[in-house]
Amino acid sequence: MTSRIRRQIVLAAVGVCAVRVGAAEGTTGELDAAIQAHTGGAPLHEGKVRIEMDLLVENGNAVPMSVSVASPMSAADHVRSIAVFNQRNPQREVANFTLGPRSGRASVATRIRLATSQKLVAIAQLSDGSFWSHSVEVIVTLAGCVET
Amino acid sequence: MAQTLINLKRSAKRGELLEITTLIAHPMETGFRADAEGKVLPRDIIRRFRCSYNGETVFSAELFPAVAANPYLVFTTVATDSGSLVFLWEGDHGFAQAETVAISVTPGVTSD
Repeated sequence: MTSRIRRQIVLAAVGVCAVRVGAAEGTTGELDAAIQAHTGGAPLHEGKVRIEMDLLVENGNAVPMSVSVASPMSAADHVRSIAVFNQRNPQREVANFTLGPRSGRASVATRIRLATSQKLVAIAQLSDGSFWSHSVEVIVTLAGCVET
Repeated sequence: MAQTLINLKRSAKRGELLEITTLIAHPMETGFRADAEGKVLPRDIIRRFRCSYNGETVFSAELFPAVAANPYLVFTTVATDSGSLVFLWEGDHGFAQAETVAISVTPGVTSD
């Protein structure tokens, strides 16, 4: 493949991505709405929950991410769920994990897709019904939607 | 049948924390991508995952298109009794797959 053709293919792919990202631009409101729908409008506290991942991502197709919550995970005090939301993928939800006292430790890990640089928010619901959040800003150099 | 990988200790002491790693071969087609002709590829994802330990659900997950292809999940559970762990993946177009792993639990050094 000549370099010119290759460049054209890459540019075409970037173009497709740009259109899709453009459609999902300015979605902080959507992100807040998705979080509100999840919490039922309950107040969000900062802390306890923590997203751990690389903040500079080379390839958005499979980005390792782990979320943990500081909790004793006892019958009386445990994490009920951990939900993850994104700002600029086509859909705000990423995953929703349900845990319980039998989990032993409030920690989950998976691999996610990131269409572009954006904010990720994790929301943990504790057994007392309270919601805790943590957010990170992730920079993506190769978007998750270029892959064919 | 999709290929799966499940990693956990097959024998443990009661009360021991088990870290479970699961992976299933699945494209997780988002429903947002177009093919070469510009036709949108229909969504085909795994929507739910559940792990039950001797019949009781100990972990579950709801997955969305933002989960990467070949969904990989790491979670934990506490070893309680000998028996089996059943892993169930369910998704679009009636996709369902279950895997069972036997575990043997010995009375532990921990008091509980």
